[in-house]
Amino acid sequence: MTAVIDVQDLAVRFSTDHGEVEAVDGATFDVRQGEVLGLVGESGSGKSVTATALLRLIRQPGRIVHGRITFDGKDLCSLGEGELAHIRGAQIAMVFQTPRTALNPLITVGEHVARLYALHAGLSKAESRKRAIDMLRLVGIPEPERRARQYPHQFSGGMCQRVMIAMALATAPRLLIADEPTTGLDVSTAARILDLLRDLGQKTGASILLITHDLGVVATTCHRVAVMHAGQIVEIAPVRALFARPAHPYTRALVRSIPRVDREITMEPIPGSVPSLLNPPPGCRYAGRCPWVEDRCRQGKPGMTGLSADHLVACFAVENGRAAL
Amino acid sequence: MANVAHPRARPSTSLSVTLRLVWLRLRRNWPSAIALGLILVMALAALLAAWVAPYDADATDPAAALQVPSLQHWLGTDIYGRDLLSRIIFAGQVDLSVAFGATALALAIGSTIGALSGLYRGWVDLIIMRCVDSVMAFPAFILAMAITAALGNSVTNVLLAIALTQLPTYLRLVRGEILRIREMEYADAARVVGNPAWRIVFVHLLPNCLPPIIVQATLAMGYALLTMAALSFIGLGIRPPQSEWGSMTAEGAQYIVTGEWWLFLFPGLAIVIMVLSFNLIGDALRDFLDPRMRGVR
Amino acid sequence: MAVPLCEVEDLRVQFPLRGLEAWLRSLKDGKAPVVRAVDGVSFVVEAGSTLGLVGESGCGKSTVARSLVRLLEPTSGSIRLDGAELTTLGNDAFEKMRPHLQMVFQDPTASLNPQLSVRRTVGEPLKLHTSLTVSERRARTDAILEEVGLGADFAERYPHELSGGQRQRVNIARALITSPRLVVLDEPTSALDVSLRARIILLLEELRERHGLSYLFISHDLATVRYLASRVAVMYLGVIVEEATTAELFAHPVHPYTRALLAAVPVPDPDARRDPFVLSGEIPSPIDIPTGCRLRARCPLARPVCAEPVPVREVAPGHKVACHLAEEESR
Repeated sequence: MTAVIDVQDLAVRFSTDHGEVEAVDGATFDVRQGEVLGLVGESGSGKSVTATALLRLIRQPGRIVHGRITFDGKDLCSLGEGELAHIRGAQIAMVFQTPRTALNPLITVGEHVARLYALHAGLSKAESRKRAIDMLRLVGIPEPERRARQYPHQFSGGMCQRVMIAMALATAPRLLIADEPTTGLDVSTAARILDLLRDLGQKTGASILLITHDLGVVATTCHRVAVMHAGQIVEIAPVRALFARPAHPYTRALVRSIPRVDREITMEPIPGSVPSLLNPPPGCRYAGRCPWVEDRCRQGKPGMTGLSADHLVACFAVENGRAAL
Repeated sequence: MANVAHPRARPSTSLSVTLRLVWLRLRRNWPSAIALGLILVMALAALLAAWVAPYDADATDPAAALQVPSLQHWLGTDIYGRDLLSRIIFAGQVDLSVAFGATALALAIGSTIGALSGLYRGWVDLIIMRCVDSVMAFPAFILAMAITAALGNSVTNVLLAIALTQLPTYLRLVRGEILRIREMEYADAARVVGNPAWRIVFVHLLPNCLPPIIVQATLAMGYALLTMAALSFIGLGIRPPQSEWGSMTAEGAQYIVTGEWWLFLFPGLAIVIMVLSFNLIGDALRDFLDPRMRGVR
Repeated sequence: MAVPLCEVEDLRVQFPLRGLEAWLRSLKDGKAPVVRAVDGVSFVVEAGSTLGLVGESGCGKSTVARSLVRLLEPTSGSIRLDGAELTTLGNDAFEKMRPHLQMVFQDPTASLNPQLSVRRTVGEPLKLHTSLTVSERRARTDAILEEVGLGADFAERYPHELSGGQRQRVNIARALITSPRLVVLDEPTSALDVSLRARIILLLEELRERHGLSYLFISHDLATVRYLASRVAVMYLGVIVEEATTAELFAHPVHPYTRALLAAVPVPDPDARRDPFVLSGEIPSPIDIPTGCRLRARCPLARPVCAEPVPVREVAPGHKVACHLAEEESR
């Protein structure tokens, strides 16, 4: 299975008055052709930072300390701004959290999309407009010819997000990164946006990296999942396997800590709290909260071991069978 | 990082956190550290003028008239033989106290009216804002000139004139802040908990308006000082022999042609340095007060 | 039959529209346009229970909450607490009722005065409504801080030194310190991280049981409501469309809106079959509300009769639905 983007040992740090914040610590994962990979974690887990790093958009005081991001045969970490500008927005596109603030209030919606065609595909103005209207229709905006002439403030939140998706897919990117695309949207709107993303991904052949904190979103929209905790990726698995047999202690605790709309449950909050990422101690960052912690866990970070063909876990206790599944 | 509590062994008071942040900011922003130092030095010198100044400000010494800066007279002497350094230090009393006094007065009255305007809105707000607009239609300096000329030349009148021209700024500032803050949830919470209106204003709203007011005040003190000096420069307000930087600069200007450059330069420099320092402090304060509200950065 | 703790009857809250467009409309229609944010809402909160009020944006649930605590003036309707009518109380009389009716707000950061320490914030209600001495207030404040899971050393901290979850605990402590009869909670967990929600939810449940509190819990998060509430009312565009016990509502949702809402919630189970019930279009503006059933334009089951005023039918004991197509249970 070919990987559209392959991330190896990515580390991102931020310098602050109080010291170094290690926002991402050795993240290794890949997004495969045609799939939706979910990157799930709480706020502060480093998932948004990881996404931003893929596009090389980390700015001072943050920096990529080490890592290899292989896309289209090239290492993105070693490319210059000039080359990156060709990739960003064209081959790797991003959809942000709050669509309304990402749109320019002075430019019509149609113009937002058309400009991308003009810029990246070099199309004429007339051709760009036509393609923009097609794209708006594709993302489910009714009466696209009329609405293309309107401004962002005349669109609802859900519609704005559709416009963002249209912009992201305009250039037929190979990878689409969606950072919590349903934040601030109503339940029903959110559901439709997620359906749209998944369907369009299939239709255009784009792979999607979907960042979310919501396990429900993961279950309904993603093919594979990577779970992040305090800057470390702790588990990667196909969706069914993750929910059927969650392996990492954090994943297990997370699944048990969320209220459910489909059944009566007893909720158990995750013990402890997220450790500070400021000058963190070595080892697994879940050690302070884990019921199966051993001395080894605090000395060195566990590597990813394969539970099965496609199910990876970074946990010593799972490795040696103490945390029985 | 929003949900991670700050790593702290023991609880800190707002004061110790503030002081620590001030120290960090000053360390990084050396121009404002220098500015703060200069202001403190000048203010202390003015306060303790009687002990600090080498000579009495009015002590004439015809034999030592128009002397170039030397070891006996660090900044030289004027045509009456008075030591320039001492005069500048004593003049600092007038300048700084008027600058500070006018700013404080404008702040107190302007903030109060602005708060009332923002709270009651409706007709009250309408009338107050139209009055403010009328005052602001005049160029500030012309207005200050007119008031001083009308009231007569004295330190008090100059202070009042400057205060009046600065008042609208604070008024609008506080009104704007109040309008913003009253929509915040803690204003709502204060109501739901059962606060009477006056407590909502004085305990919850006004203290949160302080940061922009403080920044504005430090910047405005520079303008107040400049206005003070400019008024005396053109002959309004302070008259000689009372020493004041602006009038001293005016006097000194007459001597440029004849070559006694120090009479004009040093009082002028005093004005420039003080105004610049106030501005730098204002910038640093604005820089410092905002992030604190959002968390350590 | 005991008097219910809180009874709301036919509550209406309208906002007049302002601005040029509104004025032009009033010329055209002959009357000033209004937003009918809450348009005839009635419900009951029984003592010691939690009523969940759910709905999406624009449904009016926050407006209901705010008019209960008089942050807004209701246009008409009745609000009774322990049998006493609140809407007719003068300002002074209402202020005396405040200790009995408290609120927890949505944004934990914005609802705390950044200039006040935790102790001052939490102790303020005692200062306002009781004649306890400073040390007595301190003791009560420390006690409630312990109860919400914050140790005594949090008392001197300021909001910017606390995490989101800690701030919300302070909000809860402040709301509970006067032992109110009814606590209105307006989306108290929505601004919190997913993993923190469980703690706060469990805390709220524990406090309710221990002190015999009653909650009006407002949220768009159906999963949380399912956990906490004993009865649920679903709102859409200013009216309640369905009301039932929690178990009944989630097991047998009847109103098309409720069904669509439940179908849209993503469930953390990849094998779950999703009810394909979907509404077309988007939530309309609350300014031009159609006559008859408000869901008419979007409902896949709409019939001509839906243009008529909507009846409220009891499809099962205690399960009410405002829909033409709901079958009244024959007794």
